[in-house]
Amino acid sequence: MANGSIPVVVALLAATFRLATPLIFAALGGVISERSGVVNIGLEGIMIVGAFFAVYGSSLTGNPWVGLLFAVVSGALVAAIHAVLSIHLKADQTVSGVAINLFAGALTSFLIFKLFGRQGQTDGVAALPYPTETMAKIPVIGPFLAELNWFVFMAIILVFVVHYVLYYTPLGLRIRAVGEHPKAADTLGINVYKIRYLCVIMSGVFAGLGGATLSIGVMNLFREGMVSGRGFIALAAMIFGNWKPFGATAASFLFAFAQAFEILAQKFGWALPTEAYLAFPYILTMLALAGFVGKTTPPAADGVPYNKGER
Amino acid sequence: MQKVVEMKGITKVFPGVKANDDVNFELLKGEIHVLLGENGAGKTTLMNILYGLYQPDAGEIYVNGQKVNIKSPGDAIKLGIGMVHQHFMLVHNFTVAENIVLGSEPKKGIKIDMQKAIKDTKELADRYGFKIDPNAVIEDITVGQQQKVEILKALYRGADILILDEPTAVLTPQEIEELGVILKNLVKEGKSIILITHKLKEVMAMSDRVTIVRRGKVIDTVYTKDTNIDELAEMMVGRKVNLVVQKDEAKPGKVVLKVENISALDHRKLPALKGVNLEVRAGEIVGIAGVDGNGQTELIEVITGLRKPTEGRVYINDKDVTGKTPRDIIEAGVGHIPEDRHKRGLVLKYSLYENAVLGNHYKLPFAKGIMMNYNKIKEYARKLIDEFDVRTPNEEVFASALSGGNQQKFIAAREINKDPELIIAAQPTRGIDVGAIEYIHKRLVEERDKGRAILLVSLELDEILALSDRIAVIYDGQIVDILDAKSATEHELGILMAGGTLKKQA
Repeated sequence: MANGSIPVVVALLAATFRLATPLIFAALGGVISERSGVVNIGLEGIMIVGAFFAVYGSSLTGNPWVGLLFAVVSGALVAAIHAVLSIHLKADQTVSGVAINLFAGALTSFLIFKLFGRQGQTDGVAALPYPTETMAKIPVIGPFLAELNWFVFMAIILVFVVHYVLYYTPLGLRIRAVGEHPKAADTLGINVYKIRYLCVIMSGVFAGLGGATLSIGVMNLFREGMVSGRGFIALAAMIFGNWKPFGATAASFLFAFAQAFEILAQKFGWALPTEAYLAFPYILTMLALAGFVGKTTPPAADGVPYNKGER
Repeated sequence: MQKVVEMKGITKVFPGVKANDDVNFELLKGEIHVLLGENGAGKTTLMNILYGLYQPDAGEIYVNGQKVNIKSPGDAIKLGIGMVHQHFMLVHNFTVAENIVLGSEPKKGIKIDMQKAIKDTKELADRYGFKIDPNAVIEDITVGQQQKVEILKALYRGADILILDEPTAVLTPQEIEELGVILKNLVKEGKSIILITHKLKEVMAMSDRVTIVRRGKVIDTVYTKDTNIDELAEMMVGRKVNLVVQKDEAKPGKVVLKVENISALDHRKLPALKGVNLEVRAGEIVGIAGVDGNGQTELIEVITGLRKPTEGRVYINDKDVTGKTPRDIIEAGVGHIPEDRHKRGLVLKYSLYENAVLGNHYKLPFAKGIMMNYNKIKEYARKLIDEFDVRTPNEEVFASALSGGNQQKFIAAREINKDPELIIAAQPTRGIDVGAIEYIHKRLVEERDKGRAILLVSLELDEILALSDRIAVIYDGQIVDILDAKSATEHELGILMAGGTLKKQA
């Protein structure tokens, strides 16, 4: 979509939006899962799986929307593994998440070979088109909107949806109660396990979408290592955003801006090695987490398995 | 009278413990029925079964004459049973209204109808004369108010049968009185109430009937008007109990603890202590009386090194220990029975023997260099268990497997056995039974007579009056007065605790 005629500011802004999108999806997934009390550091792995299956779905049918569906379902399935391990079997949630991250890399690498007969990356497939023409007709912001793909609009809408569900619906009240004080929820007849399963699986759906954004949104293929830590950056955004949908989104934009700026800054011709630019968003992530976050409060029961009927 | 609840032959076995053994219990409509028993007797277990939190291994439950199978709290709620747990089941960062409607939220479309939730809460609170702001956040209101929220939660769900587990454990004397009135009003409305407690005075004041449980078995069910405190205590403990603390005149010696002009902030960085001065001598018990949240916690934390004061000094035996680490302060001769035994007293997921040496774990004979000597540690744990009559299958179980009273006895055993010169006992009998209270009181007096200095902090005035030689009243972060325990009255202390002053007669 590189278009020589648009101003740098619009390009930077549009790039920020595009780069923020996968982070927003995954960070929202993190918010949902952790608000119910399950730590999900497997977001990275779920994104990888989602990214791969989006491509596979698209390549099977030639329809990128089916690819999207594949991403969502595969993300949900991988998250379901995490759910069973951490909710039902009460495994250590960090260990389970790490296992998922390792598993995802290996699985997709194997499947590229098995399903596409290649190594390292898949064939090119039909990617989700940009709604350029419709958007371009909108006055004033049209040229900017034309630079964005469908995923961006989906992500922005979902931020509002997640916020609404968490803070304005009975389900949201219950999710937050389960994450803060599961026993209190249990004594009111709320099924803690059911809510946690739902939330962890939903986090998989969101992370899967995040993965699809990278493979059939930004590009048109899946390549090993293409997620490259975005799941972790999304986790950082979630913490930076104090486990709130809008907060996590704002943090995602900040990190995405750093990335967009990195791409732009390379053209400035400063006497810095390329690696320094590449490291910029990660350094910002660390700084944000270390220094500027201040006091954030995770849900009180985050990461603690719930044991019904424990004395 | 109609039986609203009937439990027949209830048996529940936990690993290693028979918590309920063929228990029969019945509740009549419109009565206040106390379940009385020591800690670990199985009262809470029985009620958790009725509320669907545990499943019985044997037995039948009838509600309003119908045989029921209560598989979850949801089932219990549908049957009109509500429970107020000892440890409140409130989400601390939710508002009052949110906590009350949680799980049965009023809806407008797919949205929670928060306006209705607030209005309903307000109406319900007004109907029972509770002064509660539906929009207040739980962590900002007092424990007494939190309890009212718990009661409202049950009433909101249409409970006709109300179970209250140790409801007075955290309340001030005034709040306890208020609770009594609330319960009487509920009964007048046709509700039936089960009260779990071990406090005999309240049994006599509040109940119609009493069922006494001991070691998982029902001893008897009696009418309150046909019995008395001594008889109840004997049935509960299984032997004659001495309810009055026997103690001789104190023989105070040298000053062991000296607190000089201490100021400190609380966890919200607000001033909690404003220039506290206090002395405790060897061979005396100084009691600190006060309503919860007036700086008691912070004072203990400053003395034990858990909190840094902003001003002032703490001396133990004339040695300045201000701002020293807890280990230094233990070494200086301080034993600490903390107010929250779960948070500070024990590592719940450690075995008893590991808990037995906490604070001494690095010393001979428990450790040599980097190696622990577990034979010695276990031997020591068994000694503590024997000496303080801690009821446990063995020293290998997790501390979490013990009842509150036994946990507390175990902590007291550990701290007293450190041979400290100063014992800080913060709420040493909070939420524990008569047998254990009697024992801990007796031991504290014994330790005093051995010449140790004892600082007792308690929210229970009875305890302060029974044990102390001098009573310091704390209000709003200051010691407002120090009274001689022999002449102090509950009335005087009540006035000081509420921030008033005593007119001194010239």
